[in-house]
Amino acid sequence: MDLVLIWAALLSFAILIYVILDGFDLGIGILFPWGRDAKERDMMMNSIAPVWDGNETWLIFGGGGLFAAFPLAYSILMPALYIPVLVMLFALVFRGVAFEFRFKSERSQGVWDGAFNFGSSVAAFAQGLILGAFIQGLEVTEGVYTGGTLDWLTPFSLMTGFALMCGYSLLGATWLIIKTTGELQQWAYQAARWLLLIVLAWIAMVSLWTPLAKPEVAERWFSWPNFLFLSPIPVATLVVAFALWRALKKQRERAPFILSVSLFFLSFIGLAVSIWPYTIPYQVTLWETAAPPESQSFLLVGAVILVPLILGYTAFSYRIFKGKVVAGRSYY
Amino acid sequence: MEFDAVLLSRIQFAFTLAFHILFPTLTIGLAVFLVIIEALWLRTKKDLYYYIYKFWVRIFGLSFGMGVVSGIVLSFEFGTNFSRFSEATGNVLGPLLGYEVMTAFFLEASFLGVMLFAWHRVGNRLHFLSTCVVALGTIISAFWILAANSWMHTPAGYRLEEGIFYVTDWSEVIFTSSFLYRFTHMLLASFLSTALLIAGVAGWYLLKGQHEFVARSCFSLTLGLAAVLAPAQILMGDLHGLQVQRDQPMKVAAMEGLWETGRGVPFLIFAWPDQEKETNHFEIGIPKAASLILQHDPEGEVKGLKEVSPDQRPNVPIVFFSFRLMLFIGFLFLGVALIGLWLRWRKQLYERPWFFRLCMFTAPLGFVATVAGWVVAEVGRQPWIVQGLMRTVDMASDIPAQAVLISLSLFVLVYGILFLAFVYYLFKLFRAGPDYKTEPPPFTSARTAWLPSG
Repeated sequence: MDLVLIWAALLSFAILIYVILDGFDLGIGILFPWGRDAKERDMMMNSIAPVWDGNETWLIFGGGGLFAAFPLAYSILMPALYIPVLVMLFALVFRGVAFEFRFKSERSQGVWDGAFNFGSSVAAFAQGLILGAFIQGLEVTEGVYTGGTLDWLTPFSLMTGFALMCGYSLLGATWLIIKTTGELQQWAYQAARWLLLIVLAWIAMVSLWTPLAKPEVAERWFSWPNFLFLSPIPVATLVVAFALWRALKKQRERAPFILSVSLFFLSFIGLAVSIWPYTIPYQVTLWETAAPPESQSFLLVGAVILVPLILGYTAFSYRIFKGKVVAGRSYY
Repeated sequence: MEFDAVLLSRIQFAFTLAFHILFPTLTIGLAVFLVIIEALWLRTKKDLYYYIYKFWVRIFGLSFGMGVVSGIVLSFEFGTNFSRFSEATGNVLGPLLGYEVMTAFFLEASFLGVMLFAWHRVGNRLHFLSTCVVALGTIISAFWILAANSWMHTPAGYRLEEGIFYVTDWSEVIFTSSFLYRFTHMLLASFLSTALLIAGVAGWYLLKGQHEFVARSCFSLTLGLAAVLAPAQILMGDLHGLQVQRDQPMKVAAMEGLWETGRGVPFLIFAWPDQEKETNHFEIGIPKAASLILQHDPEGEVKGLKEVSPDQRPNVPIVFFSFRLMLFIGFLFLGVALIGLWLRWRKQLYERPWFFRLCMFTAPLGFVATVAGWVVAEVGRQPWIVQGLMRTVDMASDIPAQAVLISLSLFVLVYGILFLAFVYYLFKLFRAGPDYKTEPPPFTSARTAWLPSG
């Protein structure tokens, strides 16, 4: 089988895992100010403290994997997205240290609460900007980015920025439903219902805007017989959204998170369909940016053995920390 | 000197790297220290070791968090600031960094959670296993980073086509002629710096007469380790020097401040290198010592900087002084370790306040030496980014200088704030000392998930 395809699949998988895992913990950060007192905010933070670091590692895996398997795409994308990537990094820095600093401080706890919330929100927004700029396409001439420093800043990318923030918040709220009880959990149920409505509105907007703005995307979705084969994606999205609404109404504990993840999964598939087979949309394909086989296969040997192992011990560590978080400070 | 995007990007990378390297240096050493302490606890069943572990694991967590966030920045800067370098070397360096993520980062990140938060959720043996896995992860991570970096110093196993590197042999790429020296040198630097830091904190407690029991144990253990590590590091540095002399003679010439190729070259204790005039002022040296060190022969030949044209030479004063700073701290550590041995032999290890003060003074110096060592290595390679093949000026992204200037200023500001906060919380933890309130977990726990018998 084609190595390039395997790597495309593996990287897509890594990015999806990242979006889901760091998505819910960034979402907790975005929802953080709604925690009504220090006790509730402790609980919110404790629900992710042992796992956030592992979640964020998938981002480095995605970035590193792109560098290794598609070096040309990496060297085009990164300078083009210089500002949003650096904004995201600064935000992740603040957010990451907040976990350590917050529990070691007394007077300055408010500062680190703020850093955690601000960092999570900005990181999520910047990732949405990057996604939007990516979908729009970048100006490339002979394998080099030739657009401006601010080309990524458009109404569309601002929209995807906000959309991703809301999406992550939905994941965060449904994660809180699993990890908490009582008042905080009830609040999470309420928040999740509102967030679901907002997220659906964003999904609808992106789904309309992309084909209208990009004839390539319209062609992909609405030409016959593609339309027939692809129609299950929007239909499934509606079914999942409806099921999620009901699960929230019936106050089920695990289903809302799983259904939110499914919503992300379907949106991701939809996106992949629109962009295929490009690494820089509508300009450069996977094959044109791929590393030579000796580099792709060397790393693939490791990935085949290690990725299942990583998934295994990640699941194991989630199992160790399963169950509801308890109130009180966790100061290891 | 014009502040173009290339120079600004290099300053930014050097700054973010120098900041980052402090934390792996500390966490590699601390992780191994925690393995030793937890093993002692499991073996002796003494509560003392549990308290030592719980104390230092907080500092480990704090440093690890700083290392993670500053490391993510580095992994993306390759692409954002040095896209031409990424494109040219992606086939070689990309997979090495990919392996680092898969074999080290995930391991550390997942088991760190268990190590920090799961004392009462898993059995003692599984907890110990997690500590070992995290320590192993930090070392594996250093392995890949040093492999990638060493390849840039002593490239091998590649072929170059139209400005792009292709790999011909992976084992040659990973195990280049400088790799094992540099990897070992870095690990020893981590262990030694951390040992001296712990000894310094223990010395502080001993001076103040606080936490005596815990402090004595840490003081004795880490000074004992330093007595082995300091000579080992000096020996390793000497072997590494021979290899650099072989592979990158201009780096050594800059380290030694040597302009003319010659035999029986003196080792300069102090000098003021003058790049314009291609000579040194105020030279004080030991006759024939550099030849002896570098060739293991007092009449051995050492190449001077004038062998190549000025645009092929690294910045001599930076390399020269950084090298002397590193060397000075290395020998200072040897001195501290020897005094420690002598006091131990006289049974006065815990009775000499001046020695406690000396240890407090040397506590942060290992990190200074590590950064100085990296400056020697990286500036010494200039003007090459890949030795002899790709020049540093050709590696940068085509981004406006203004954008880099803004990001660089932000890094200085943000990292400055973070460093102050880090030091503040570090000292807060040091002042608070070990926490004796929590009971150690019982040894008879049957809840271990690792082995059914417990």
